Amino acid sequence: MDILLQQIINGLVQGSVYALVALGYTMVYGILGLINFAHGEVVMIGAMIALTVLKALLAAAFAPVLAVLLSLLAAMAVCMALGYSIERIAYRPLRNAPRLAPLITAIGVSIVLQNLAMMIWGREYHSFPLPFTSVSHQFGGAIVNDVQIGIVIVALVIMLGLMWLVHRTRMGRAMRAVAENPAASVLMGVDNNRVISFTFMLGSALAAIAGFMVSANYGIVHYYMGFMLGLKAFTAAVLGGIGNLRGAMLGGVLLGLIESLGAGYIGDLTGGFLGSNYQDVFAFFVLIAVLIFRPSGLLGEKLAERA
Amino acid sequence: MTPPSEYLIELRNVGKHFGGVVALADVSLHIKQGEIYGLIGPNGAGKTTLFNVVTGLYQLDSGAFDFAGKRYTHCKPHLLAQAGIARTFQNIRLFANMSALENIMVGRHLRTHTGIWGALTRHAAARAEERATVQRARELLDYVGIDRAHQTLAKHLSYGEQRRLEIARALATEPKLLALDEPAAGMNATETVALKALLQKIRASGITVLLIEHDVKLIMGLCDRVAVLDYGKKIAEGVPEEVRRDKAVIAAYLGGEVA
Repeated sequence: MDILLQQIINGLVQGSVYALVALGYTMVYGILGLINFAHGEVVMIGAMIALTVLKALLAAAFAPVLAVLLSLLAAMAVCMALGYSIERIAYRPLRNAPRLAPLITAIGVSIVLQNLAMMIWGREYHSFPLPFTSVSHQFGGAIVNDVQIGIVIVALVIMLGLMWLVHRTRMGRAMRAVAENPAASVLMGVDNNRVISFTFMLGSALAAIAGFMVSANYGIVHYYMGFMLGLKAFTAAVLGGIGNLRGAMLGGVLLGLIESLGAGYIGDLTGGFLGSNYQDVFAFFVLIAVLIFRPSGLLGEKLAERA
Repeated sequence: MTPPSEYLIELRNVGKHFGGVVALADVSLHIKQGEIYGLIGPNGAGKTTLFNVVTGLYQLDSGAFDFAGKRYTHCKPHLLAQAGIARTFQNIRLFANMSALENIMVGRHLRTHTGIWGALTRHAAARAEERATVQRARELLDYVGIDRAHQTLAKHLSYGEQRRLEIARALATEPKLLALDEPAAGMNATETVALKALLQKIRASGITVLLIEHDVKLIMGLCDRVAVLDYGKKIAEGVPEEVRRDKAVIAAYLGGEVA
């Protein structure tokens, strides 16, 4: 088996998920200058909703494809409502407060959502009932399965769609205008609050899709799954340059690759002293290194302007 | 209902303070449909505060504000834009990392309607609207005399071009009133002459212009009427010739009785 190729494939799959979640962080940051630490929990809620709906639909003997599709749509709808509500209830009243206040609130929202999920779905690990077998394929000495191929393709399509939306549509122009200069956009007749709500809903829809992807890939859903995933995606957003859409995509994929390759080779590099369970360490090494050497990220330049 | 007033904009006894600082005290202004109305006064006289009140960025503390016969005393800025008030800023506030064309297209936001579903489904009406938006934005670039590549980022335009782009963006909202905060600031003589011609062209198209300016020559040569603010109070109003000879105005500007 070709370990290098295998780790690259795993990295791309994981990186695609990071990228989708990182886009949620970066869009909100771009438009409000706020780090929405509750975003990881939105991913988790998306996974939970998808799990619940999928189980119910399969129990009601829905066709597998239909059940998957409907559960994904349900997760997106619930997450969009959740994202909207979070902004409305937790962040909007603090729009003009010192920056620390919404940051602390974001952490609070994150804790509330985690505990809420624990109360509803319990502490146990749920297995995600994928209604079809994900066939594995040999690919140049490595193995890749249907779900993984699906993740990368869907993520790619979504990212292209998002770029089109942001750069080529009226709503996207309004989003960029609010991010650039909210005082001017409002005088152009843009309803800033509406654009901000839309941004939260868009990010949350992506989070729901990411939640579905992770669940389908690992086959496990847990109320705590959003925490680490959220931190990683945040790292990816910072790596790419927070506030920058292309940066979030690049950062997500890069972080996935770094983690995967790191985990694959750390055993060899340390003579077996450290194992692949140190995988998470890489992400945070990256975060620290970026913050020290290039705080504006790979593609970022806005940070200095904002500070 | 009162009959439609001859005034496009009416401020009655408007007051605005920030803590203990009185920025506007009992200011009344009446601006007629189709005139170019100048607002002058020393630094800190409250000119920009008045602009912010008129465009909804500040809520006034007392008095009333009518526009086109309707009361807008407490109104959100994007709704005032909808009602037909557009402005530019003293310190240019373009969308710096968007192209010249896109800046104007944002100005079209409130006169266009394609929602997210329209954009995603790309039905004929949505595509037609997008084409019309681009078309109108191009026309406006020509109208204000920016002959650069339309994809040039706003931040890469020259200073005078940025000022004109701001005007074009404001015009894109199809305003009844165009409020310009020191449009000639930092412009050289040639640019100022071009600006004057542009403002006359805009007025000729039926748009009322409210102008804050320090360039007295420009104000005197352009405005139908002028009001002078000093320490938040209106100390004079009238045709430029009258105002120029007004003793209170001379005192406010020159701080004494120098004639």
